[in-house]
Amino acid sequence: MSDPILTLQGVYTDIAQYHILQGVDLQVPRGEVTMLLGRNGVGKTTTLRTIMGHWRAKAGKVMFDGRDIAALPTPAIARMGVGFVPENMGIFSDLTVEENMVLAAVSGPIDAGRLDWIFAAFPPLKTFWKSHAGNLSGGQKQMLSIARAMVEERQLYLIDEPTKGLAPAIISTMARALRELKQQGASILLVEQNFSVAKALGDSCVVMDDGRVSWSGAMAELAASAELQERLMGLSMEAHQ
Amino acid sequence: MSAAPEHAPTMARANLAERIAPWLPMLLVPLVMLTGLILIPSGSSWLTLTVSGLAMGMMIFIMASGMTLVFGLMDVINFGHGVFISVGAFVGVSVLLMLAGMTAAPSLFLNLLAMLLAIIAAALATGALGWAFERVIVKPVYGAHLKQILVTMGGLIVVEQLIIVLWGPEEIYILRPEALKGAVTFAGAALEKYRLVAVAVGLALFLTMRFVLRRTKIGLIVRAGVENGEMVEALGYRLRLVFIGVFVAGSALAGLGGVMWGLYQEVITAHMGQQMMILIFIVVIIGGLGSVEGCFIGALLVGLLQNYVAFLEPKAALISNIGLMVAILMWRPQGMIPVVKAK
Repeated sequence: MSDPILTLQGVYTDIAQYHILQGVDLQVPRGEVTMLLGRNGVGKTTTLRTIMGHWRAKAGKVMFDGRDIAALPTPAIARMGVGFVPENMGIFSDLTVEENMVLAAVSGPIDAGRLDWIFAAFPPLKTFWKSHAGNLSGGQKQMLSIARAMVEERQLYLIDEPTKGLAPAIISTMARALRELKQQGASILLVEQNFSVAKALGDSCVVMDDGRVSWSGAMAELAASAELQERLMGLSMEAHQ
Repeated sequence: MSAAPEHAPTMARANLAERIAPWLPMLLVPLVMLTGLILIPSGSSWLTLTVSGLAMGMMIFIMASGMTLVFGLMDVINFGHGVFISVGAFVGVSVLLMLAGMTAAPSLFLNLLAMLLAIIAAALATGALGWAFERVIVKPVYGAHLKQILVTMGGLIVVEQLIIVLWGPEEIYILRPEALKGAVTFAGAALEKYRLVAVAVGLALFLTMRFVLRRTKIGLIVRAGVENGEMVEALGYRLRLVFIGVFVAGSALAGLGGVMWGLYQEVITAHMGQQMMILIFIVVIIGGLGSVEGCFIGALLVGLLQNYVAFLEPKAALISNIGLMVAILMWRPQGMIPVVKAK
């Protein structure tokens, strides 16, 4: 495994009286796509939100690029080079597509070359550049959500279920864009329920259960073992083919 | 770089009703004016009342605009907002009294300069007070609405008492600057000069705020923050600083409105801001939380309706604004132009 860009060590997070994360240990290797898998309610979204600083870890370390970011405020974490695509997409529906993108370019005007790349990956965004984001379809909103994270170069992307509820054609568009992002050298921690997508994109894999990591290893190893999938996630690969 | 699969997305074409729905609130102001024109027998009376209503609405907008942004962006119910109006009025009037030579001179330039200096002093004082208010009173109760109501009411009482300590308990009567006294006659209607100035100032402030919110990055951050503050932070913006900036700007605007309102009424009291809060809440609620445009339309509707109804049926003037609020909320329960939908 290559040098990890992100390491979680014994992370505990509570939400109100609920103990959601109960000692999460995981690593995201630099320049790889790491899939975060598990049943609903096991703490995948909470893990991403804890890394991002939306929820504070009660205990444990969140090491990003060699620095503990567990106590840092969210804007500081974002400015260190962490892009976040939340499960609800976080689109500003009162703003146009253009305004959403301009806002995401924190350090200045959008780089023209990068914008061309985004338009090539997600053509509808060019078509609806001046439209209110609230009027986009679900798939287009998801494209905007990912494009917004891509508008500036980030070291690490935290992406929460980008293919949820999307049509197969749009899922392939998403997968292609994420693969290109990886080819540019970015590291990605991706929560995904669609096992086919996970298998196609993932280099490594972390499976969670009951607020802890129950298994981690190469994605190929998990994809190759129906028994492992059954045991860890209660599914078999055939069910997703 | 490979392209996405070929597809030519289109957006479903909205029907006529859907297309005009967002513009309907903006049609309400001319609709109310037209109704007034039909019901008020004399055209000159209608013109006088309309200018008076617009002037009143503009001043209410200036006082309320900061509150709607604070409400929308910070989810803070600030019952103490009225105190910035009172402090602004007292500071502004004190400056005008010090500049009595300029206000008494029959020179429009000197009069407006004195007003400008008074407004700047009031805005600076209330902006600074707003900063202290946010740090000391509001910051400890973020996210707790009941505590916000109690503690900001307490802050209002404390500052009102400080005004009484500094300026005394009596009402202070003031005269408008010399060149702004009296009226001009237009189409047979007497239009008070001061009201025309108030309309111009209110309109200029609205256009400035709209420009800042629509055309600048800080405006984008504020608008996005009203909708989803958490996501704005995830993009890398320190929303806390924006919160404080908006609170200070909102307080300064209320102070500016306080000076304008004080000169309009020609009397100021420590409780004047508190008395304005009912109108301000009505305007913020019917406009839609967090919406400057909604606040502007709401303020104009309140000003016009109050003047028309007071002329046509004086006893009904007391309930006209509550009636307006009920009607608007029955039509659009989240206000005319809601920005904050989920809070």
